[in-house]
Amino acid sequence: MEPVAIVGVGMTKFERDRVRDTFGDLVFEACTRALDDAGMTIDDIDIVLTGSNDFFDGRTISSMAIMDACGSYDKNVSTVEGDGTFGAAHAVMRVLAGWGTCLYCAHHKGSESVMPLITNAMFDPIYERFLGIDSVTSAALQARAYMDRYGVTEEQCAQVSVKNHGNAFKNPYAQLPLQLTIEDVLASPYVADPIKLLDCCPISDGASAVVIAGAQRAKALDAKPAWVKGIGYNCDAYHLGDRDLSKVDALQAASKTAYAQAGISDPAKEVDLAEVHDTFTYLELMAIEGLGLCRMGEAGEFTAFGNTAQDGRLPVNASGGCISSNPVLVAGLNSIIECALQIRGDAGEHQVDGVKTAVAQGVNGPCGQSQCVWVLGGDE
Amino acid sequence: MGAKKVGIVGVGMTVQRSTRRDVSGVELINEAVRAALDDSGMTRKDIDAIVIGNMDHFEGINYVDTWSVDGSGALGKPIMKMTTGGTTGSTVAMGAYYHVASGMFDRVLAIGWEKNSESDTTGAIITAFDPFWDRPTFGGAVAGLALEATQYMAETGATEEDAAYVAVRDRKNAINNPFAHLRMESNIEAIMSTPYLAWPVKLGDMCPRTDGACAVVFASEDIAGDFPNVPAWVHGVADRHLWGYTSDPYVNQHVKGGTWFPAMERATRELYDKVGITDPLEQFDVAELYLPYSFAGLRYMESLGFCERAGGPALVRSGDTDMGGKCPVNPSGGVLSSNAIGATGLLRVAEVALQVQGRAGDRQVPGAKLGLATGFGGCYWSDELVIGKEKPEKARG
Amino acid sequence: MDDWREAQEVLVMDGGIKVPYSWSAGETGTTYLESLRDDKKFLGTRCPECGIVYHIPRRNCPDCFSECAEWVELGSSGELVTYTITRKHHPQLSPLKGVFGYAVIKLDGADTGFVHLISEFDESQLAKGARVEAVFAGEREGSILDVRYFRPVKAVS
Repeated sequence: MEPVAIVGVGMTKFERDRVRDTFGDLVFEACTRALDDAGMTIDDIDIVLTGSNDFFDGRTISSMAIMDACGSYDKNVSTVEGDGTFGAAHAVMRVLAGWGTCLYCAHHKGSESVMPLITNAMFDPIYERFLGIDSVTSAALQARAYMDRYGVTEEQCAQVSVKNHGNAFKNPYAQLPLQLTIEDVLASPYVADPIKLLDCCPISDGASAVVIAGAQRAKALDAKPAWVKGIGYNCDAYHLGDRDLSKVDALQAASKTAYAQAGISDPAKEVDLAEVHDTFTYLELMAIEGLGLCRMGEAGEFTAFGNTAQDGRLPVNASGGCISSNPVLVAGLNSIIECALQIRGDAGEHQVDGVKTAVAQGVNGPCGQSQCVWVLGGDE
Repeated sequence: MGAKKVGIVGVGMTVQRSTRRDVSGVELINEAVRAALDDSGMTRKDIDAIVIGNMDHFEGINYVDTWSVDGSGALGKPIMKMTTGGTTGSTVAMGAYYHVASGMFDRVLAIGWEKNSESDTTGAIITAFDPFWDRPTFGGAVAGLALEATQYMAETGATEEDAAYVAVRDRKNAINNPFAHLRMESNIEAIMSTPYLAWPVKLGDMCPRTDGACAVVFASEDIAGDFPNVPAWVHGVADRHLWGYTSDPYVNQHVKGGTWFPAMERATRELYDKVGITDPLEQFDVAELYLPYSFAGLRYMESLGFCERAGGPALVRSGDTDMGGKCPVNPSGGVLSSNAIGATGLLRVAEVALQVQGRAGDRQVPGAKLGLATGFGGCYWSDELVIGKEKPEKARG
Repeated sequence: MDDWREAQEVLVMDGGIKVPYSWSAGETGTTYLESLRDDKKFLGTRCPECGIVYHIPRRNCPDCFSECAEWVELGSSGELVTYTITRKHHPQLSPLKGVFGYAVIKLDGADTGFVHLISEFDESQLAKGARVEAVFAGEREGSILDVRYFRPVKAVS
């Protein structure tokens, strides 16, 4: 891949209810921050891409709500409806195709809608929707399958909640820093067995943005680049019964592509840090394995040994992860941003030393059906 | 810069009908995809990536990209969804173009589809608009277009009959297109006698509601020779989605002589500069334009540079845009004949590709070498693509 | 300069999307649902190339894209692939009263599982591989809810 870098990042603080802000306000805030971070103005942006979801926003053509705010006036603009990792991947495509700089933003206001009804709408109207299944109950099906396959326990999953909510104290943008013990998580009420309240992500409001530039423009800027070393994405079967839910086929396929582009042959050794999709605790364990950061079925132990702590060998979700802030499609973009900040040495209190290679993961669809993996690096 | 030139090597489309009850949405998508794969000499395994689009609230499915895997061929493949309202089909085409131009993928399948029969179209469209400022008073797409038509007639002296000419032309062209929804020989009187929906827009001036799907295979110049069809090359793409509120497009237009359609004019200027178009009526052999209603076939011609301001009626009445004219517009029948929204913009691209490949059957414009395809939607947004028989010298976005 | 913002108490408007839908099951889906309604029988379709029997039935094979026109009658019992018990659920989404859950169930004769409801169970009966049987609704209308839920098969002693 030709050298392309993230040269500016911006996030809003993620909160349960940003009632004072419209979608446009959030996007404007994030885009302004990203431009400032890059040392640019909107005039330096050649093309704009946005990310939003019509269902969550309660608007068909949801991108229309933020056309003013994202700076797309009199520029080419388009929209990816999906997680930020996918949207940002398309932004990279535009830059590779010859556009010097691209501003990409994503927004979400969970507070304005009813999450279960919206995630229920992912399910097929003829065969599944009227069963009332949603993102939580489908996740529970997958959690059970994964845990049964490898003998993973609820305690091992609970570790993820304790770790990540604790990490959130050091991330000023995170919504839910919480001081928890494993007992707290185990004692929280079941939502759908084996998933308990503290295994789940919150409802969040917020927006993020990145500026992506080709090597020439990146070097001309005063910004600190985080280089895009590899991107891969892949989709599994849709009907839950078509898949072995305990497996991570799509994630492994996406990782393979991303690592090949990045020239990584041994991710467990070569990756310094990962920001993964932990909307439910078990998903972080599956992600660590699917990304090849530890052996299949061993993520529970891997975590128990402290490997994925902020001061561990391979920190995972040092930012606090989705379990601390889950602005749905913005989540993957946040993972990319966090990796970029770590590589730049700009992650503030949750900075991990010596991050040269970082991996971000994002998801579309139920039970992690469609996966996108990014590898970011400090060197071009 | 390593941008690749991109060719269209195969297209597939379903028959466009008001109601396709025989298939679910996923199955409708599959029909178009299989047709496109057959046309390209490909199997599902050959697909490198997929871009899919529709307007969510028309079918009520969240995450269509993951839902439609069985039909789209996305099992074990990279897929993403792109959607921008009415421009979705052209957005998907441009999205797929960039997937290939970037060098990341060699063979990308673009899918646009809609099953309008499954929802209340107006009810769904209204949700596009801001809940505080626009939704309470917004009368749906027709009312918005009626405002535009009223202004156009007041400033140019164009008549309802002038607009009706466009509808007659396109639906007559559709007779040559076995895939089109509304195919009929009619006349201006017939259009004029249809009931008013929102003055001056009548039923006969409007596009229908359609179920349909379209799939197009975009391929990199590196492997474009591997296909049974000679590629139709993408010469350039451009878009502007300027506005967010229904009154925005009229901001400049209370000024006499102000721009008609700023988004279209700016996208057009960028595209024509990139591709070297100075006289579209002469240089284009064919145009497949997203005209959501008949008056657009007058007004938008001006914004696309086919004639001077207020010259729309004279242009269409001259016959220059009829089959056999200088630049036939909508030989396929266009949107006035078939409007499965997510597919519509992509169909314009597919039709121009077929034209420059000489594969457009009964609707072929003889010797067509260069064509314009446009998408329209949202709050007066414009997507535009130039597609040609010759391989362009430079790869241009 | 922005003091007026600080003093502002923002207005919130309640609303909802009111779009009615009528989803077509298509010919394949209709055949399947009518079989549930009229015969209380589950049907799958077989891919002629891959040999896979899909339940939920497919018009085309997602993998090789062959048309799957051959219907296969399946059993009304099968095994649990995975399951969950719902403890906290949105009332608008709850199809059953009382304790219920979701499961992926592989019916006898099918190569794929499908999602449905489970009820009338003791938690100790739920395990991967446990046998479950369909409980049909008395009045059926050609919908996936013509099957009320699945319940553990009572062991023959």
